Amino acid sequence: MSTTLPAAPPQAAATKTSHRRVRLTDRARKERNLGWMLAGPAFFVMVAVTGYPILNAIWLSLFDYRLTDPGAKDFIGLGNYATILTDGLFWRQFGVTTLITVVTVAVELVLGFALAMVMHRALYLRTALRTAILVPYGIITVVSSYAWAYAFSNTYGFVNPTLGLGDYDWFGGTWSALFTICVAEIWKTTPFMSLLLLAGLAQIPDDYLEAAKVDGARAWQRVKRVILPNMKAAIMVALLFRTLDAFRIFDSVFIMTAGAQNTETLSFLAYRQTISRVMIGLGSAVSVILAILVVLIAVMFVKVFRTDLSQQRGDRK
Amino acid sequence: MLKRPAVLLLTAALLTGCGGGSGDANTLSYFIADAAQADVAARCAAESGGAYSFDIQRLPNNAAGGREQLLRRLAAEDRSLDIVSVDPPFMAEFANAKFLRPFTDAERQEFSAGVLKGPLEQSTFRDTLFSAPLYGNTQLLWYRKSVLQKAGVDPGAGPVTWDQLIKGASQAGVTFAAQGRRNESLMVWVNALIASAGGSILAPGSENLPANQVKSGLDSPAGTAAVTIMHDLAVSPAAPAGFSTAGEEDSRAAFQADNGGFMVNWPYVWAAFDAAIKEGSLPANFKDDVGWAAYPRVEAGRESAPPSGGLGLSISAFSDRQELAVQAIRCLASKQSQTEFMVSAGNPAALSSVFDDPKIREMFPMADQIREGMDTATPRPVSPYYGDVTGSIQTAFHPPDSLSPQKTPREANSLLEDVLSNKRLI
Repeated sequence: MSTTLPAAPPQAAATKTSHRRVRLTDRARKERNLGWMLAGPAFFVMVAVTGYPILNAIWLSLFDYRLTDPGAKDFIGLGNYATILTDGLFWRQFGVTTLITVVTVAVELVLGFALAMVMHRALYLRTALRTAILVPYGIITVVSSYAWAYAFSNTYGFVNPTLGLGDYDWFGGTWSALFTICVAEIWKTTPFMSLLLLAGLAQIPDDYLEAAKVDGARAWQRVKRVILPNMKAAIMVALLFRTLDAFRIFDSVFIMTAGAQNTETLSFLAYRQTISRVMIGLGSAVSVILAILVVLIAVMFVKVFRTDLSQQRGDRK
Repeated sequence: MLKRPAVLLLTAALLTGCGGGSGDANTLSYFIADAAQADVAARCAAESGGAYSFDIQRLPNNAAGGREQLLRRLAAEDRSLDIVSVDPPFMAEFANAKFLRPFTDAERQEFSAGVLKGPLEQSTFRDTLFSAPLYGNTQLLWYRKSVLQKAGVDPGAGPVTWDQLIKGASQAGVTFAAQGRRNESLMVWVNALIASAGGSILAPGSENLPANQVKSGLDSPAGTAAVTIMHDLAVSPAAPAGFSTAGEEDSRAAFQADNGGFMVNWPYVWAAFDAAIKEGSLPANFKDDVGWAAYPRVEAGRESAPPSGGLGLSISAFSDRQELAVQAIRCLASKQSQTEFMVSAGNPAALSSVFDDPKIREMFPMADQIREGMDTATPRPVSPYYGDVTGSIQTAFHPPDSLSPQKTPREANSLLEDVLSNKRLI
């Protein structure tokens, strides 16, 4: 009874593809050509619209280049990176970004799981319930940020009167401002998390749960011993997606505090250098660092936590 | 078989879509910052007898957003821009980058005749006019007459200092509203305080220096005086709630509240009081209690340097219709247009003579103070690197309640110089 039920059967060992060149039949060759004709244009467009800007950003990050002073464009190698990595502001904003990421993703995981359970178990009005839960995710982040900024406003917001806080200024201090930003983020993206978790929940065979029930497992034991172990892949995928998203947070900060009270995040740092100061080189370097950090997070999830992305495509079972 | 004409048609449609603006040779694109500009433009187009018409484009309604959009489009040499409304402090940056067409000497004479000192100064860069002043702006000290006795200070009787007002407002239990929010309005405040104390944010002569040689004037007695006032007000009982996040509209709300006492703000508030009265959110006799005076002084013996704002009309250097644009600006920034604009938007004209108009004097009983303020106003630093300057100031001088007269001037000074030399981030 106390033993953990085996996780869902592991993915059938992928048939090893032979690396030996096989002579293609005419049909296979034609199919391959057709594949290229169909996918080729999209492939080249993707390379053009993603590959080129990335390479260009890396190239530009090596210059001291101000958009309004094109004559003074100097090659400075890795100078911009040195400036950024030795500036306390970068590390402070790295800290703020990490804090927001950890807090929001952790809370979203718990809330998202609860919502997923509700959506999964609902007997009545299932469609209406799922739609209602997903509504916040359908709202544009800028709009939801404005909504929350107004809600927490000390002049016309409803939060202060509701909680009896008088004219407390939520955006006047670092911690309270970060709190409002996290609330806005969590409200907005928890539905996404719950949607991903719902997919994982739906994949758990009912037999397991029934067997556990017959064995006398209580509700919490069923969650801990049956549901969670079998959902590990879905949870990891959900965490990966949300972490990558949360780490790039920009809209809420921009709308709610405009970075004041030390609430700036790394995306905001990139925006400030590139768009406000038009320091294209320095801003590109911040963006490149941000991109590297995002890749590192992805690698960490995939390699260290062994997140199985195929889960998301429904390749299993 | 795909039909070739269809493909061509589609491509053409896409290309014109990207080009933006109108292809009509007589249609000028006009990027406006205030909705009231569109009404004036409509009249000008009608009066031109078909010589030109406008394709009105609205810029974001905050100064920084407008700058960013214009900067990006001009840097991309966007040919669909003809006439652009430029917030004066950003003009030097655009002009230095050769994004704006300089006005000729003859045009300069025409567009600067009769213009008040503040608006004119901020429209020229390296002795060249790059913007035709459409309106100027300055802040006044607004007060509630009913609190004066308790506060023991009367701005109507003669110049008052920040210190007197902070003490008086605290004593009377009323608020003294200023803009402590971290955006361009904070820069406006800092600049006015430093200039009123006889200093300047950038050392004189930095207009023509490369960024890494620009020196700051913040680590100075004037810098210390400014920091002291900002800090003292922010921590005093006279600071309205949410001082560090208050912009112009929040200041007005604080002033209109029951415990409102004093406020520094732009003259648009006068028209805004009217609107609030009409709406019913203010009592009908509210304005009877409102007085105004010159911007407060930092030192009792030194005249104040009130903030300078406004809007200028510039012509994109990449426009194909530059001559036509000059012709249009003649109407858009004419005396008649400025008068109309002052009536509809509440923003003060840049031309001195508009203030003599009886209609304006009736609508704006404080017309003389505004005109005087605009003549003594000190524009924000005219610098090709203004974005860095304002960004550094906004970082170093915020939040006002945590500033230190001992440390902030020195730290702000080095932050500004380091940012300009690309050694630090903001």
